[in-house]
Amino acid sequence: MTPPAFEPVLTRHVREPDGFTLDAYLRREGYVGLKKALALSPDQVIDLVKASGLRGRGGAGFPTGMKWQFVDKKSPNPKYLACNADESEPGTFKDHLLMERNPHLVIEGCAIACWAIGAKVAYVYIRGEFFHVQHVFERAIEEAYARGFLGKNVLGSPFDCEVFVHRGAGAYEAGEETALLESLEGKRAQPRNKPPFPAVVGLYNCPTAVNNVETLANVPLILTRGADWFAASGPDRNGGPKLYCVSGHVKRPGVYEAPMSVTLRELVESYAGGVPDGRTLKAVIPGGSSVPILLPDQLDAEASFDGVQKAGSLLGSAGIVVLDDSTCMVWLAENLLHFYRHESCGKCTPCREGTDWLHKILRKIERGDGQMSDLDLLSSISGNVAGKTLCAFGDAAVTPVLTTLKHFRHEYEAHIREGRCTLPAPWRGRRPAGAHGMPPRAGLAAGGA
Amino acid sequence: MSFHPPMAYGATFHRSTRTLAEAGEPFAYTPEQRASFDRIVARYPAEHRRSAVLPALYLVQAQQGYVTANAMRYVAALLGMTAADVEDVVSYYTMFHTRPVGTFVLSVCRTLSCALNGAERVTEEICAALGLKPGETDPTGTFTLVEVECLGACDRAPVVMVNDAWQECLKPEEVSRLIDGLRTRGEAALSGCHHAIEARGATR
Repeated sequence: MTPPAFEPVLTRHVREPDGFTLDAYLRREGYVGLKKALALSPDQVIDLVKASGLRGRGGAGFPTGMKWQFVDKKSPNPKYLACNADESEPGTFKDHLLMERNPHLVIEGCAIACWAIGAKVAYVYIRGEFFHVQHVFERAIEEAYARGFLGKNVLGSPFDCEVFVHRGAGAYEAGEETALLESLEGKRAQPRNKPPFPAVVGLYNCPTAVNNVETLANVPLILTRGADWFAASGPDRNGGPKLYCVSGHVKRPGVYEAPMSVTLRELVESYAGGVPDGRTLKAVIPGGSSVPILLPDQLDAEASFDGVQKAGSLLGSAGIVVLDDSTCMVWLAENLLHFYRHESCGKCTPCREGTDWLHKILRKIERGDGQMSDLDLLSSISGNVAGKTLCAFGDAAVTPVLTTLKHFRHEYEAHIREGRCTLPAPWRGRRPAGAHGMPPRAGLAAGGA
Repeated sequence: MSFHPPMAYGATFHRSTRTLAEAGEPFAYTPEQRASFDRIVARYPAEHRRSAVLPALYLVQAQQGYVTANAMRYVAALLGMTAADVEDVVSYYTMFHTRPVGTFVLSVCRTLSCALNGAERVTEEICAALGLKPGETDPTGTFTLVEVECLGACDRAPVVMVNDAWQECLKPEEVSRLIDGLRTRGEAALSGCHHAIEARGATR
């Protein structure tokens, strides 16, 4: 099978050596969208984005135009744009590619968003680990300033726009919008209570829009190609090009651009080449580690926000992790709960304690020391975390446990019955999981790491 | 019935692992660092200088390798925060070191996609090659090994971040060659990020 024909617009030039430079960007209609936006009123820009049906690419799929409209224009305080480049969801690496190989598209999106919501300053919150990306992105910002696309009187208009990069320092939770704002304010990245939403009380208590990198990268395309083009390229209510990150057990892992009418099976088998020879597909996590697992017979679902939801999971950040038959599902849950245990910000007790309990029990089962009653305990702890925390982290953290228990309970039972991991794969460590000792958790111990 | 389910906690479970930050030498930015600091702090509204705390701490770390209590007090005074506020931030974010680290900090991504492609083996090979455990620094002070969570390059698994640079697609059997390379050629021995490499390859 070969991938179906589709003209990529976000990633078309990412493999060109100088594709990331301003000159190359200007050769392909660069900053034309900004010019068009400045000829419209901010409200007209918002209406255009609303008409396009653009939905947030960070995970929730919330309509971007609506988010911008909620920004409190009547407030006497300055407005802010925060671009969320804290890409940390396991299995997701699309913003990484966009910022490194097509930075001006993102910068142009930031400028248009600032114009639409009445902001003069945008902060791009980039995760600390993307230092090389930050280097490229900051150079692109300098280029944009030098040519008058940013700074005072953008393109000769009365509109001033500043874009600053803010480097994070290693916290998954900073990707949550209110935690991101806390971190920008120089505090721990811990979520705030909502409401009030950032659109009303955001950065420095001022109205703020928080948008994902890929979302903002789509905005210039809506201006240049029109809202109708955007809405038409993809299924109803799921328009526009989408970046999919395919990783795990596939022959060609990578970022693939497709309209959301593509199916998960096409992405896994055609685009990414399927699982390595001699192995069979066991399961797929369609939207980053925080969403329910789908089984091979569910992959004909459309890889759109609504399509994946109908299949019983979520598109999330479109980080598709493919698992072949060598994957032990108890090990998988333990691996992911190690992640959530480490990244829980510690603000809400159910999440802080629950992720630690879940990880301890999973590690015990994986090592062969579990008992059957542990399975009910896992469900009961999960039930006491989900929905009981300030942000969606709690729900995300218990999902790997609940979804593996639902589909692969027999693997848990086999571990407990036989007192060992029943599916040790050659790619796994020789020592049992956790044998290296537990690293200290963020926030609980000085010393970091 | 007990409120609490019976759980086999470790003996150290409720014991805090918090240690006081090392006082260190008296700290002040070099003139160049101070100039960078002034440039960065100007990006934020004057009444919200505190926003610059993460960049300010990165400057500290670039200057002396890790963040000491004296440096925290210095940053606190510059930004109009309390030293406790700064320590609060330092202890939360994983990229700040509060103890001396090796010349090369090897951060192995251990999360799902990397683990599916052999990251656990990579960690074990590094442990064996250097004779240390994750979180430790070798006696010569050259290497520190840490396990980190998802680095956001799952298509090039397993990924290891060395200081701020990247090594992608590191196979367990290539670990000893990488370590030798780092010893002799420094960060030039690393693969770097593939996006730039692939783009360069297109010209060949």
